[in-house]
Amino acid sequence: MTSQEALFNYSLRLGDTSIILAQRLCEWTGHGPFLEEDLALTNIALDIFGRGKALLEYAAKVEGKGRTEDDLAFFRTDREFFNTLITELPNGDYAKTIIRQAMIDCFDLAFYTALANSKDETLAGIAAKSIKEITYHKRHSFSWVNRFGNGTEESFNRLQQGLDEIWAFTGELFEMNETDEILIKEGIAVDLNLLKADWEKEINQLLTKANLVIPETLFMQKGSRKGLHTEHLSYILAEMQSLPRMHPNAKW
Amino acid sequence: MGVINFEDLFEAKLAKNDMIEPKDWMPENYRKHLIRQISQHAHSEIVGMLPEGNWITRAPSLRAKLVLLAKVQDEGGHGLYLYTAAESLGISRDEMLEALLTGKAKYSSIFNYPTLTWADVGAVGWLVDGAAIMNQVMLQRTSYGPYARAMVRICKEESFHQRQGYELMTHLAFGTPAQKEMAQDALNRWWYPTLMMFGPPDSESPNSENAIKWRIKRETNDQLRQRFVNQTMPQIEYLGLTVPDKNLKWNEAKKGYDFSEPDWVEFKNVIKGNGICNKERLLSRNKSHKEGEWVRAAAMAYAKKQNENYEAA
Ligand SMILES: [Fe+2]
Ligand SMILES: [Fe+2]
Ligand SMILES: [Fe+2]
Repeated sequence: MTSQEALFNYSLRLGDTSIILAQRLCEWTGHGPFLEEDLALTNIALDIFGRGKALLEYAAKVEGKGRTEDDLAFFRTDREFFNTLITELPNGDYAKTIIRQAMIDCFDLAFYTALANSKDETLAGIAAKSIKEITYHKRHSFSWVNRFGNGTEESFNRLQQGLDEIWAFTGELFEMNETDEILIKEGIAVDLNLLKADWEKEINQLLTKANLVIPETLFMQKGSRKGLHTEHLSYILAEMQSLPRMHPNAKW
Repeated sequence: MGVINFEDLFEAKLAKNDMIEPKDWMPENYRKHLIRQISQHAHSEIVGMLPEGNWITRAPSLRAKLVLLAKVQDEGGHGLYLYTAAESLGISRDEMLEALLTGKAKYSSIFNYPTLTWADVGAVGWLVDGAAIMNQVMLQRTSYGPYARAMVRICKEESFHQRQGYELMTHLAFGTPAQKEMAQDALNRWWYPTLMMFGPPDSESPNSENAIKWRIKRETNDQLRQRFVNQTMPQIEYLGLTVPDKNLKWNEAKKGYDFSEPDWVEFKNVIKGNGICNKERLLSRNKSHKEGEWVRAAAMAYAKKQNENYEAA
C-alpha cells in the first residue's frame, strides 16, 4: 500500500462513518420525541453530513481518478464501504439512538481533537472545524444519557437495553490496520491506542452516573475495516443510492 | 382625567400602525382569531416537514441532502417560533398539539398531497414556499407584535427555500430527458394545489373587514393568486416547462395572465380529509408524539428530581 492509497482509505473510512451515521440520524427528522429535540438531532445530523461530505471530497481528490464525493457516496457497493459497524445499526428507540451517539461523540471528540494536529493540512482543517460541533453533540448526548438513566424506570430500562444492543460494536472504533500504521508513521493518522484508556474512563463515569451496567460480554464485533458489515448496510445503501443509480448520467 | 377606555386605546394603536403586544389589552375576538391563525400556521410548518422529509434519506447528492435537511429543519424552527407567538396569547403548546393530533385543528391542505418523486421536493420549495411567501409577506407588519416579528424571520427563510427549490428544478429541467420529464410531471401535479393555497375565490369568501383592519390581510385571495401566476409564469418559461392549463394566456388589457380556476370540489374534499395523505400525516404526527411520551416523561422526572435536590441542598 502506498501512502497515497493509505490516505485515500483513511479519508474514505472517516467519510463513510460520518455519512452513514448522519443517514441514520436524519431518519428521526420530522419524527423526534418533541419539536426542540427533533431540531437538535437534525442539527447534529447536518454537522455530521457536512463533515462526511468534506472527507469524501478529500478522498476523491487524493484518489485522483476523477471521481467526486457523490460518485463515492452513491456508486460504491456494499463491500466498498468502510464505516464503523456501530453507525449502521438501526436507530431503535430514542434511548438506543442516544447511547450510540454518546459512545461515538466521546470517541469523535478525542479523535478529531488529535486529528487537528495531523501533518495533513486538509484533514487537520476538517478536524479543527469539527471540534466545536462535536463538543456540542457530546454535551447533548451525555446529558440525555444522564436524564434517561436518572429519569423514570422506563427510560432507564430502555437505556440499558440500548446499551446492551450496541456495546459489542464499540470496540471496533479503536481497530487499526495497515492504513493506520503507514499514516501514523507520517504523522497523519491518529494512534487510536492512545485514545482508548481515556474513552473507557469517560464512558465508565457516564454509565455509572446513569446507573447502567456494562454488558458482561467482552467479545467485540468487527469487520468494517475490511468492508465486512452487518446486514443493515445494504438496506441503507439501497435507499440512499437509489436515485443516482436510476439516473447514472444525471447531475443534481 | 376620565376612565381609560381600553377599546379606544386598542383602536388608536391600530390606526397608528403600532404593534399590539402580549401585555396590551385586546378584544376577545382579536385574541381568538390570532390564536387560530397562528396555531394553524404553526401546525402547517410541522406537518409540512413530512412530505419533504420523505426524501431526505434519498436525496441524490450530498449537497442536495444538506440543503433539504436544513430546509426541513427551518420549517420545524418556524413551527417553534409560531407556537411561542401563539403561547403569548394565553394558550399552551399542549393544548395546540392536542388540537392538531386529534384532527380538530386545521393545517395547510397542500401538505396532504404526496411527494412522489425527487422533483416534488423542488416543486414544493419553489411553488409552495413561493405561494406561502406571497400570502405571508404582509404579515411582517401585522398588528400583533410577536407574530409580526416571527414572520420577518420566517419570510426571509422562506424566500431562501423558494430559491433553492427553483434551483433544484433548474437542474432537472436542464438535465437529462428523464429529469426534465420528472420536473414537468411535478409541475403538472403541484400547479393547481398551489393555486388553491390562496383560498377560495373572492365570490365565496367575503373579505372580512376585521382582517384588513387588524393588518392580517391586505389583498384578496384572487388578487394574490393573480400575482402569483404573473410572477411564476416567466420562471416556468425559463425552465422550458408548461402549465397544465390550456386556457392560460397573457392578457395585455389587464397586464396579467388569464388562467383556469382550480378544481374547488377537490379542494373541499382534501380539506374534509379525503386527500391521499390526510390520514397518514395525522397518523405520523400521532405516532411520533406517542413514541416520544416516555422521553418527555423522563425529562420531566429528571428535572423534578434536580429541583428537589436543589431545594434540599
Ligand atoms: Fe410557512
Ligand atoms: Fe416555513
Ligand atoms: Fe419553507
